[in-house]
Amino acid sequence: MQALLNKIRSLGAIGLFAAALATALAAPWGSAAAQTPPNVLVVGQIAEPKSLDPHTVTAVNDFRILMNVYEGLVRYADGTLQVEPALAESWSISDDGLSYTFKLRAGVKFHDGSALDAAAVKFNFDRMLDESHPFHDTGPFPLSFFFSAIDGVAAPDAGTVVFTLKEPYAPFLSNLAYPTGLIVSPAAVREHGAEFGRNPSGTGPFRFAEWQSNAKVVVVRNDDYWGAAPSLEALIFRPITDANTRVAEMLSGGLDLMVEVPPDNVAQFAADDAFTVYEQAGPHVWFLILNAKEGPMADKRVRQAVNYAIDKRALVDNVLQGTAAVAAGPTPPAFAWAYNESLQPYPHDPDKARELIAAAGHEGAELTFYVTEGGSGMLDPVPMGAAIQADLAAVGLQVEIETYEWNTFLGKVNPGLEGKADMAEMAWMTNDPDTLPYLALRTDAWPDKGGFNSGYYSNPEVDELLEAARRSTDQAERARLYKEMQTIVRDDAPWAFIANWKQNAVSGARVEGFKLQPSFFLLLGGVTKQ
Amino acid sequence: MGYYILRRLLSAIPVVFGLTIIVFLIMAMIPGDPALAILGAYATPENIARINRELGLDKSLVEQYAIWLGNLLQGDFGRSYSLNRPVIDEVLERFSATLILAGSALLICSLLGLLAGIVSAVRQFGWADRLITFTVLIGISTPSFWLGLLLILLFAVTWQLLPASGMYAIYGGGDLPDLLLHLILPACTLSVVATGVIARLTRSAMLEVLRQDYIRTARAKGLDERRVIYRHAFRAALVSVIPVIGIQAGFVLGGAVYIETVFQWPGIGGMLVKAIATRDLLLVQGGVLVVATSYVLFNLLADVAQSLLDPRLKS
Repeated sequence: MQALLNKIRSLGAIGLFAAALATALAAPWGSAAAQTPPNVLVVGQIAEPKSLDPHTVTAVNDFRILMNVYEGLVRYADGTLQVEPALAESWSISDDGLSYTFKLRAGVKFHDGSALDAAAVKFNFDRMLDESHPFHDTGPFPLSFFFSAIDGVAAPDAGTVVFTLKEPYAPFLSNLAYPTGLIVSPAAVREHGAEFGRNPSGTGPFRFAEWQSNAKVVVVRNDDYWGAAPSLEALIFRPITDANTRVAEMLSGGLDLMVEVPPDNVAQFAADDAFTVYEQAGPHVWFLILNAKEGPMADKRVRQAVNYAIDKRALVDNVLQGTAAVAAGPTPPAFAWAYNESLQPYPHDPDKARELIAAAGHEGAELTFYVTEGGSGMLDPVPMGAAIQADLAAVGLQVEIETYEWNTFLGKVNPGLEGKADMAEMAWMTNDPDTLPYLALRTDAWPDKGGFNSGYYSNPEVDELLEAARRSTDQAERARLYKEMQTIVRDDAPWAFIANWKQNAVSGARVEGFKLQPSFFLLLGGVTKQ
Repeated sequence: MGYYILRRLLSAIPVVFGLTIIVFLIMAMIPGDPALAILGAYATPENIARINRELGLDKSLVEQYAIWLGNLLQGDFGRSYSLNRPVIDEVLERFSATLILAGSALLICSLLGLLAGIVSAVRQFGWADRLITFTVLIGISTPSFWLGLLLILLFAVTWQLLPASGMYAIYGGGDLPDLLLHLILPACTLSVVATGVIARLTRSAMLEVLRQDYIRTARAKGLDERRVIYRHAFRAALVSVIPVIGIQAGFVLGGAVYIETVFQWPGIGGMLVKAIATRDLLLVQGGVLVVATSYVLFNLLADVAQSLLDPRLKS
């Protein structure tokens, strides 16, 4: 027994020694640990990336790293959602809209030293789309349907790539600018196979250096970059899933830049001279799907009444604390070229709402409302749902909320609301004005046809406009068609249009030259740090 | 003894595998599937079918479990689709981080808890006892994730003495002092509740023992009070405290889930939470297998320690 006691004592001594050692080290180390190194930008991410293979991921969180390591044939021009040349110097589109020919930039090399040529580009799309491709098993490639319009890719010479489409598909170019269109090194895929996602190689301004699981991803300056090389030596992406901890790291100096600042903390950072807060509206829309097939919402007047009844300004200012703008229609203003500026949000007018409900004979109707606990782009869905419930109660609609976890929620909403609910929360973030209305507002996009029109909206005029806009290769013509579509949809009110999310970020005082993009991508090539 | 340990280990095997079957069924029953989690808003029936085919999830449940078990027996835990890496790599990396955190917390709570319990019992109703009992009450009632945030605010943000999160410094570091520095806040936070429980239990066990006749005899013999307390009373009290420490080891492992999230400690708790949210079946199975096995081992260890201390239990 004495031996055991002695052991306990000595263990205690070791414990004390360890604590003393740590405390002794804490003083000089603590301040060093809190300071990020010069010329290295430490970025706070919301989660560990899934993979650094751009064709296998779907999360914006992963895109933020990828956009600094890889490039596509085209990209969004700074501050817009319009495409401009990137790895392709120029392109031409055949008159029938079926053939896209790209001229590649000469002399570009992947980080592994292999050359970017037409064969490499072809490899990228074949790997994703052709199930018999030898490297198709390095997937799955969840967003490969972005390119399902492709019939074939040809490489007539090293500097020319020709895409042949099955049918005219105008969003093709902006899909190429999306992360799913980023070009990976075939040599690296051949070398690493399924492990390519942890050994990435692209052509971007930063090249991959290190991935320590659950701690950091490090990318360093690509000194052979074909464009202007970045001034930062390295970027370190740290996954910090808990928002409070992320804020604490930012405050203690462990991060130079963090994205998705909780609304509660934005004001705190804005008031502090040591930090700069950034805001940028993006291609996001938060709305309620209304069940236009059955129940009170089948009447257009009730759907309009819901739009009038909800105090969107209060939602945006109070619940979301200014991190979003009031939405006017189905298309976010971030798509500046396709957005109908003349569209006004439904004003908050409870009297008008009551009038419309009375005219439709649905006073006191009982409604079921699907709310989610949280999910991609859903902002603060539970308090938003509660505020909406209160607004609708004020005009005499009795709303019963059913709350579900995100995956369960999608499993209930995506197959359609029929027989289950009258309304459901939803949010989308897209890269082309075509995507959301095409997938969620057309008659041919009803759930039984494999689309996301869970509220069964149907208007032949809208269907026709969307089909025409997709076939046209003339941007001005497409813009005209989308603007007309927005006017009709706003009036038909298949959705209650609520908010467009403004992405935010905060940086330390030493960071300069940073800006957020409407694409929500994080481009850090031009950032400097003192 | 050796035979006893072997028998306990063998009897744990069906328990652990039964658990994996239950987890497998629960994962199959909760709504939403991995394809939905991967595709999110883009989950059309067509896309879901494509992803399920590529992940092998279009097979029947029995078939899926049989495949998993077959691979496992060959040492293959499968590949996580939410992380795109072998399950075993992730699980081992994460579990060793959790062991470091939970092990340190267990060390802290055992030492402090026993010490506080002894002092409290020996000085029953004295000021030290009152102080300890009061502190223990506060410690047990404090939600540990909240305490963690508070400690971060104090030590990392306000005083900038300790790092706010992570296991190693993000730049440089990576050695033992760096690890210890990052360990202080999460390990202390994690040990608070268990310290309280152990202290309370030690106190009552000690009080009970101190009232025994043989203690009075020992004192009457004129033995040194220190010797009476540590040699006679503490040893007897320890027998009933040890199994509780074993159980606390389980709680500490469980509590690590919150603490790992707050401190961004790359442990297995955070991994399991994320794996369940993304319906990453293979990762959940691998994680549960390892955690359940360690649970069994901890309890076995406590039982063995107990029977070593109390010869009556040996037979």
